[in-house]
Amino acid sequence: MATDAPSVPHPRRVLRHHWLVRLTHWLNAAAIIVLLMTGLNIFGAHPRLYWGDAGSVDERERLWLETGASPPWSAPKGWLEIAGTRFDTTGLIGVSQSPKGTTSFVAFPHWATLPSGRDLATARTWHFFFAWVIILNGLAWLLYGLLSGRLWREILPKRRQLTRAHLWNDIVEHAKLNFPKGEAALSYEVLQRFAYAGVTLVLIPTVILTGLAMSPGMDAAWPWLDALWGGRQSARSVHFIAMSGIAGFLLLHLVLVVLSGPIRQIGAMITGRMTIGGDK
Amino acid sequence: MIQLHRRHLLTAAPASLLLTGCDALTRNPTAKAIVESGEQATYRWQRLVGRDGLAREFSAADISPTFKVNGTHEPTNPKWQQLSAGNFADWRLKVTGLVHRELYLTLPQLRALPQRTQITRHDCVEGWSAIGQWTGPQLAPILKAAGLQGGARYIVFLCADDYGGEASKGGLQSASRYYESVDVVDAFHPQTILAHSLNSQPLSTGHGAPLRLRVERQLGYKQAKYLMQIVVADSLAPFGGGKGGYWPDRGYEWYAGT
Repeated sequence: MATDAPSVPHPRRVLRHHWLVRLTHWLNAAAIIVLLMTGLNIFGAHPRLYWGDAGSVDERERLWLETGASPPWSAPKGWLEIAGTRFDTTGLIGVSQSPKGTTSFVAFPHWATLPSGRDLATARTWHFFFAWVIILNGLAWLLYGLLSGRLWREILPKRRQLTRAHLWNDIVEHAKLNFPKGEAALSYEVLQRFAYAGVTLVLIPTVILTGLAMSPGMDAAWPWLDALWGGRQSARSVHFIAMSGIAGFLLLHLVLVVLSGPIRQIGAMITGRMTIGGDK
Repeated sequence: MIQLHRRHLLTAAPASLLLTGCDALTRNPTAKAIVESGEQATYRWQRLVGRDGLAREFSAADISPTFKVNGTHEPTNPKWQQLSAGNFADWRLKVTGLVHRELYLTLPQLRALPQRTQITRHDCVEGWSAIGQWTGPQLAPILKAAGLQGGARYIVFLCADDYGGEASKGGLQSASRYYESVDVVDAFHPQTILAHSLNSQPLSTGHGAPLRLRVERQLGYKQAKYLMQIVVADSLAPFGGGKGGYWPDRGYEWYAGT
């Protein structure tokens, strides 16, 4: 009777990610890391955010976020102030240690910025080169997604996934760290779809459009750009907020890759292939 | 203790190696050449989509209560000091280089030309913005009066101030004479003016008395203050460090439309 027992499916290698998806994924990853780190360096040149068209150290009416350092200068305190509430961020924001162990008065610490020390000129040059990379790469990915239908099949949540019961089930499964196995691993679950669609179709387009709105040349070419965000300084604020969202996604994405089998997941994103079945 | 120490080393070493590697990469000539190609792409792109685009003009209600003074606050150059003491009566704007007629313009002559008043947003490379009302003659008719020779590609603005830079801005920090330059497209743009007034007042010392450039589709460091001379040129190589401006010589983009 042993032959009648449900057979364990034979392990098989399947193509999980198209080469264009793999290529754009890694280019995007590299661009996002450089853009994040150079962006934090650029922010350090004027670590304040405002709403509206204008704002400066002499015009603080619409300031809503600021970082800085306070005395005693023998042991300075770093701080981050958001909407009037000040947080002590000594060691991380405002005041941190340089690689040599000396006190450094920078918005973000050396390990978070590129270049590691204050260098607005270099940070800008790198930021704008990789801005071109993320835009062209994103357009290639979007075009492929639209033409192949992958955008609907793989990225946008499916209607049947949008029921309360389904959403709740996916939240519970994620909380228990139960990740899809077998055939189910060949398609994204609803939370994953929300995360990927949110980053690729909302947050990345937002950082691109707010980034362009900070360019006086682009504002003159396309006057709707800064109007869209309610002014250049608002665009700068939204750029920073959307960046924080992308940084948060990146962190969560890396944690979940590690928890769900990093060799298999990263391997699939490099080779495109994934072994299905045979696993528990 | 030893184990803790070793574990600390194991995690810290790759991280710091990676960071030193990144910093080294930013100094690598090949990597530099690749990322610097982005500026040309941006320049060409902005000329393609917005060659004739106008910078937004604001209403009087939008004018910043205080317009931040940046860069030089007062030139130490004795010649400028002397001109300032004489209320710029002896000041002349020289227009030279690849022109058919050199011009020597006084402030009253510049004020007698048709004037343009525009309320625009000044965007500093550091990230802040201020809105002000600028008044002065357009640059285009002045260049037409001088007559550009064939081969004229750049309009170079020579200033009176020596600037020493700021540690926070990175790059070379040696003091040198401030200058800037734009291409012919920006020079003949209707909003490119030689401003003698900010918010209906003659330019203060901090804002560049007696005359400054306004090239509204680029960042603040292009808005050269304390103008002394305009040179029409076919190359930027003979000026300063050869990159077309005080800050471009220190690693910032010559085309500052972003």
